[in-house]
Amino acid sequence: MALAPEALDQIESHPVDVLVIGAGGAGIRAAIEAKAAGASVGLVCKSLFGKAHTVMAEGGVAAALGHVDPEDKWQTHFRDTMVGGKLLNNPRMAELHAQESPDRVQELEAWGAVFDRTRDGRILQRPFGGHSHPRLAHVGDRTGLEMIRTLQDRAVALGIDVYMECTITRLITGGGAAGAGRGVVGAFGYWRTTGAPVTFPAKAVVLATGGIGKAYTVTSNSWEYSGDGHALAYSVGADLIDMEFVQFHPTGMVWPPGVRGLLVTEAVRGEGGILRNKDGKRFMWDYLPEDRRGEYAATDEEAAKWVTAQSQGRVTDARRPPELSTRDNVSRAIYTEVREGRGSPHGGVFLDISYLPAEHVRRKLPSMYDQFKELADVDITKGPMEVGPTTHYVMGGVRVDAETGASTVAGLFAAGEVAGGMHGANRLGGNSLSDLLVFGARTGAGAAAHAARTAAQPYLDPVQVRDAARELAAPLERGSGEDPYAIQHDLQDAMQRLVGIFRIERDLQDAIAELAKLKARWPGVAVAGGRIFNPGWNLVFELRNLLVVSEAITRSALQRTESRGAHSRIDHPETDQAGWGGRNSVVRRRGDGTMEVTTTSLPDMPDELRLLLGGAH
Amino acid sequence: MSESTAIIEVRPGAAAAPATEAAGATPARLRVFRGEPGSQAHYDEFDVPVEEGMVVLDALHWIQANGAPDLAVRWNCKAAKCGSCGAEVNGKPRLTCKTRLSDFDPAEPIVVEPMRTFPLIRDLVTDVSWNYAVNRSLEPFTPPADVPQSDWRWQQEDIERVQEFRKCIECFLCQDVCHVLRNHETDKPFMGPRFLVRTAGLEMHPIDQADRRRYLKDVGGVGYCNITKCCTEVCPEHIKITDNAIIPLKERVADEFYDPIQWVWRKVRGRPDAPLRTELPMLPSAPAAPVAAARGDGESAAPMAAAEPALPTPPKRASTRPKRPRRRSDAGDETPSEG
Repeated sequence: MALAPEALDQIESHPVDVLVIGAGGAGIRAAIEAKAAGASVGLVCKSLFGKAHTVMAEGGVAAALGHVDPEDKWQTHFRDTMVGGKLLNNPRMAELHAQESPDRVQELEAWGAVFDRTRDGRILQRPFGGHSHPRLAHVGDRTGLEMIRTLQDRAVALGIDVYMECTITRLITGGGAAGAGRGVVGAFGYWRTTGAPVTFPAKAVVLATGGIGKAYTVTSNSWEYSGDGHALAYSVGADLIDMEFVQFHPTGMVWPPGVRGLLVTEAVRGEGGILRNKDGKRFMWDYLPEDRRGEYAATDEEAAKWVTAQSQGRVTDARRPPELSTRDNVSRAIYTEVREGRGSPHGGVFLDISYLPAEHVRRKLPSMYDQFKELADVDITKGPMEVGPTTHYVMGGVRVDAETGASTVAGLFAAGEVAGGMHGANRLGGNSLSDLLVFGARTGAGAAAHAARTAAQPYLDPVQVRDAARELAAPLERGSGEDPYAIQHDLQDAMQRLVGIFRIERDLQDAIAELAKLKARWPGVAVAGGRIFNPGWNLVFELRNLLVVSEAITRSALQRTESRGAHSRIDHPETDQAGWGGRNSVVRRRGDGTMEVTTTSLPDMPDELRLLLGGAH
Repeated sequence: MSESTAIIEVRPGAAAAPATEAAGATPARLRVFRGEPGSQAHYDEFDVPVEEGMVVLDALHWIQANGAPDLAVRWNCKAAKCGSCGAEVNGKPRLTCKTRLSDFDPAEPIVVEPMRTFPLIRDLVTDVSWNYAVNRSLEPFTPPADVPQSDWRWQQEDIERVQEFRKCIECFLCQDVCHVLRNHETDKPFMGPRFLVRTAGLEMHPIDQADRRRYLKDVGGVGYCNITKCCTEVCPEHIKITDNAIIPLKERVADEFYDPIQWVWRKVRGRPDAPLRTELPMLPSAPAAPVAAARGDGESAAPMAAAEPALPTPPKRASTRPKRPRRRSDAGDETPSEG
């Protein structure tokens, strides 16, 4: 049924100071901070509360606590993050992240989190790829669950209003104060459980919607990762940056087919897992970048010595195994081994931890043990796993102010994976959970401060609300038309084939053409059934968002004619420091609705930070 | 129960797999519950082509993409980490993402139904918001005010039990299987195994200072559990709910309130009982209307407000719930059948 204009004032409405969209780690942390600052807060999520993608995080949260290695300081964490990000990170964000993550982790403990312990009873830290010191606070291999449950409990204790199973489909803009431009003044959405529309007039809106993995066929991400926040921000004219940088995690499951892409935590390698090809060769020795080779063990023996020391919680002078190279590098190595015919039976490579005592493996990697046992009939204490790259994380996102999380549009903020800048061209494992905490808190505070400065109670433009309500109802009313599942399938297929780990101009041009066709099909999409918990209908709006982010990824990838971090161009294999160093891609919506892609210069790095990088820049 | 008179109506699904598509493997036949409040429920049957290693949730996704795009299924991670996809498969509460099709006899249809303890929203999706309301009534983690965090030191062996409880993914299968909740056996509320596990995780935390024993006894209804261990059997995280959480909590309550020496000692000391954050709730006189409750809050205006004064009673299934065909195997059973 079409929503008559006179019915507009009957739409359920929840005015708040700060609306947080997304209840993963960043969203809940932002809500907690905004609430603590005195704002009224609404926290909206597409799933049940506590089910967000953060629960999937396994390995740990990176923070230079210095509990295992007292040499680890924020300065070393900063350096590792910048080097891992190929110096394309926003240096101020990387600085704040390294400085504040220890406090944010300790704070979780004060709110009830129970991390694994060192022998002297403090929070234990494990090594991870690209981190020069053991740095990841963890709970076995279910760190994300611990984090989200702790934040969830804290939010409940503070009395934050949570709106579960609610999808936001549109941001509403308003005239705002003189000079403020058309800022964001609220959001429109619907209850997934009833299909009824709902609005949230808000003085500030925080996007904390996570990533974009569902643009690809093989991904570690759940259905929720449809780039909602990226697309919402884009729709109101906010800048997106670095969208070409999509992280392909080196180790996803490759078999059985139903779980292809499911994450195999990097902690397997952190605990000593060895990668081998079908000939039994430990191939990572061949793929270490020359300029970093000195950071890695020289021999199997040295790597084994490191693993032994690590499993006993000792500091050692042995260097780390080659498997702990950065994710972009390990992914390319595995992809190359498979492409050149040295892969495992199901199209991956072997990852082996079974040489360590079974009891130790089960204690440190309990979810991995269960996951392989129950889903693949593989006992990882007895034999190797088969693994291959899987779409995991997008480094790019909404361009934000490092201090407050403010986007380039008034009233709109972003934190967590949906925000860009923190991780540059490649994210280190463990830096995502700490990112969520540090910038979740900062953005919650920033949004609350913005709300406090905004005197007027927001009023939602009825024309925009009516249009959003019509758009929502249209797929149910068309009767017949395009099948959203079919469009999604074609989209994922195109992105997987043409905009994957290795890219080339011809493929990217083809992808842009295919995306244009898919975009043209979307307005004719039709779904059967009613409004109550109708997954086909729900998919329609996620699909719209995926089309936007896919185009942004592809156009940014086409523009960047070099290889850097997670972005590898076959036709431009070198890193072009003179041409592309310090340049971020920017994606923005033009007035006519087309997509503009340009570049901008990275913010200047103060000398004291530059010194920390030593010879790395 | 009037439901026992409902007639099983089985309709062939719109998307029976053509025989050629399923060549090489016998297709699995799924018999899936369909319905929403106010409608006559029925079962749709689908023949789904089987791939190696396939789980029930894969089959449900295949059905959605091949003819029943509106089949309501709640799921997220597909990796047994989020606890969203709980349903009853051949009468047993399971996570559909880790229930392999190969575990079943290919000659028989695999029956997939929603969790029966909670009000139905549609098809396989139920309204679990009552659980969130129970959670809000618990006393949160309470660290000592006088010990700085820099002095906190816990050994790994001191926290392993608490870590076991914190593995819970809140799938609510234990709540679903618990006969006290499932059959609405009590006149007063019962918090259920999930929240006994959560309470145990708080009570056994090395530095938590709160005392939840009176809550357990008077509000949460720990005494209603008669340790049949059904919850432990269905826990996908293999938490020993009964042995490690519920029985120790029952012992703590018994020591505090039923041990005569403790009783006399309390009288001598004259120590007043710790104030309760919550009070005993009244049973709701009418069940929550499923559509309103489905919003995730149970009340339209105050979603998940924290200042919930009392533990609500789980909404009873009522006439608004569609008539539910009963399986022969569970007629008269208190707990779901093993079959």
